[in-house]
Amino acid sequence: MNKIKLIIIREYLTRVKKKSFIIMTLIGPLLMAGLMVVPIWLATKDKDIQRIEVIDETGAFINQFENTAELQFKNEFISIGEAKENLYNGVYTAILHIKSVEKNSTVEMYYKKQPGLSTISKIERTIEGVIRSAEIQDKFKITKEQLAEIQPNVNVKAISITVEGKEESKNVGISTALGFGGAILIYFFIFMYGVQIMRGVIEEKTSRIVEIIISSVKPFQLMMGKIIGIALVGLTQFLLWAFLTSIIYTIVMSVFMIDPSTISQTGEMMQQANVRELSAHPYQDIIEGVESIPFLQISVAFIFYFLGGYLLYGALLAAVGSAVDSEADTQQFMLPITIPLIFSFVVAQTVMENPDGVMAFWLSIIPFTSPVIMMVRIPFGGVETWELLLSMVLLILGFLGTTWVAAKIYRTGILMYGKKITYQELWKWLFYKG
Amino acid sequence: MDLLHVKRVYKSYANHQALHNISLHISEQSIFGLLGPNGAGKTTLIRIINQITAPDKGEVFFMKELLAPKHIAQIGYLPEERGLYKKMKVGEQALYLAQLKGMDKGEAKYKLKEWFQKFEIEGWWDKKIEELSKGMAQKVQFITTVLHEPKLLILDEPFSGFDPINTNLIKKEILELREKGSTIIFSTHNMESVEEICDDIALINKSKKILEGKVSDIKEAYKSNVFEITFLGNMIAFSNALWTAFEILESGQENGRMKVVIRANKVSDVNQLIKTIVNDVQILSVHEITPSMNDIFIQKVQEVMPETLEEEEEEVIHE
Repeated sequence: MNKIKLIIIREYLTRVKKKSFIIMTLIGPLLMAGLMVVPIWLATKDKDIQRIEVIDETGAFINQFENTAELQFKNEFISIGEAKENLYNGVYTAILHIKSVEKNSTVEMYYKKQPGLSTISKIERTIEGVIRSAEIQDKFKITKEQLAEIQPNVNVKAISITVEGKEESKNVGISTALGFGGAILIYFFIFMYGVQIMRGVIEEKTSRIVEIIISSVKPFQLMMGKIIGIALVGLTQFLLWAFLTSIIYTIVMSVFMIDPSTISQTGEMMQQANVRELSAHPYQDIIEGVESIPFLQISVAFIFYFLGGYLLYGALLAAVGSAVDSEADTQQFMLPITIPLIFSFVVAQTVMENPDGVMAFWLSIIPFTSPVIMMVRIPFGGVETWELLLSMVLLILGFLGTTWVAAKIYRTGILMYGKKITYQELWKWLFYKG
Repeated sequence: MDLLHVKRVYKSYANHQALHNISLHISEQSIFGLLGPNGAGKTTLIRIINQITAPDKGEVFFMKELLAPKHIAQIGYLPEERGLYKKMKVGEQALYLAQLKGMDKGEAKYKLKEWFQKFEIEGWWDKKIEELSKGMAQKVQFITTVLHEPKLLILDEPFSGFDPINTNLIKKEILELREKGSTIIFSTHNMESVEEICDDIALINKSKKILEGKVSDIKEAYKSNVFEITFLGNMIAFSNALWTAFEILESGQENGRMKVVIRANKVSDVNQLIKTIVNDVQILSVHEITPSMNDIFIQKVQEVMPETLEEEEEEVIHE
């Protein structure tokens, strides 16, 4: 036991001290924080007020545009030429020139500050609405008030009912983002660190030090020491990333004086820009959605499925490393191992569309696909406790199984040189005696 | 007392037998030469002694106890194919390997410094193995093998990769280690070094032991009363002096001297021969030609399986 500890420490320290590890650890959070900060920064940029001067030649759009925090409209009764000349002297940032109320008309907008897509679509909708209202009033001979009365306002609110009969409203967007993020992280970590095990085994084999080491420790101890040591490197990197990302995020946010609450509002407003009318409590369902996400369950599950998936695949990759003489020879054995992993990543999208469907269920139970698929499913909240337990137990059995197989192949493979190994041979190794 | 006793060991792999009924007695504080052509089963035997692999049948006793994991700390192993972690620093690596053998870190560090001084390589402590030459790395590897002062040292081709100066250095160390109480199993193809330093040998061929004993006894047993005589004078006079007890193996002339190699039936016959010819020719030297270990090796191996040496098998290491 003491010796396995020595091996774990060596495997851990040599990797953590590597320049590439330190660089990755520092660059990773910068990239992640960048991914989080830049869109928000852009979003807040757009928030500066657009003051739009409306030159309405038809007279139908007086005070028809709704003013918001970012968008202010004002009708001016001057000629378009005069307005254009004064654009750079005046307070306005853009001029909206409406020439007709034809159904398929074009409205021109002159600007010194480019309007966002949401601004343009808002203007379009308003103009269309005015024209439509006028047409309806005209056709059915009703008054403006009568028209306003029949104006519908519908907003879909998704509510899931749990087994216990509790109602929870969900925000599909947040669940999707979390599910996808979790799946990417698990996939990435299993791959990156699993391959490190394989490289480590090949390094020991080609440098021939392996024979010296297994004259001191059992091959199984060496293999497990390496797998555990590298798992700790993975966890270290993950925790450092999480920690550094949050620090960078906080620093950047405070430097730019961005108040997170206004950011979420901006984000939501952009999201809801396509909704015809805002509901009475526009952010209510998002707040409820965030509250309904099982964050604790996600974090615990992430660590469990990362370790489980890593151990399952890592053991097999250790076996592959032991069976070959160089990394170039790994291809034939790598493919069948990585197919389930890549497959589960590819179908993650489909699973998200139906997170509690038959395919999602089975793929989240089978050990080879469960780490990725379960991480996709959990944020949607539909995973039953028994499903989770079954999946976890099977994953544990799965990695015990692959470790057993790997140990058998490993202890024969590490001392086998200069031979092209076939699957048939690997099969035979499983039944060799000590 | 036997330090190691290998008792009727068998080991086979899927498609061939590596060891067939091998028994060895290796006495304490001796240098034991384990000889045999490539693929004979030496490496398998060494791995069994190192507990890297287990025999199918038979037992190995270490100091009268059945070989067990606790003996690992008392065995040092230098494999034929050397290797260290290329990117790890010399000192760190030696410490790691010593600790894996069960040494305490502080003690290992202290002893390492001693050895580094002895080999005059103190400056290498913080160098990476990949920065060293092959010979330098071999030195480090030798130190890591003997650092924990094992009772049994297994050296597989210890001189390969060393220049003559370092070969002597290592040879001296090996003999010194024996004086200090170590027992050494020495596996090699280099028969000269066997004659020089081995006390006993065993020859393994095609998974079977075909020869065993003290080096001196074996040489005695294999000598065949062959003498080389050089003289000045007439070859005819010499030939006339011979009788049926002799066979001329070689004869020739070198710088005006006659040189004849003859085989006698008995050593005493040679005495008689000299008495006879001493009147006709001027004898310059008479000396007995003893067979070298190299000759014995080739002779024994070919006796058993004449084709063995011709189809020199490529080194396939099994398990």
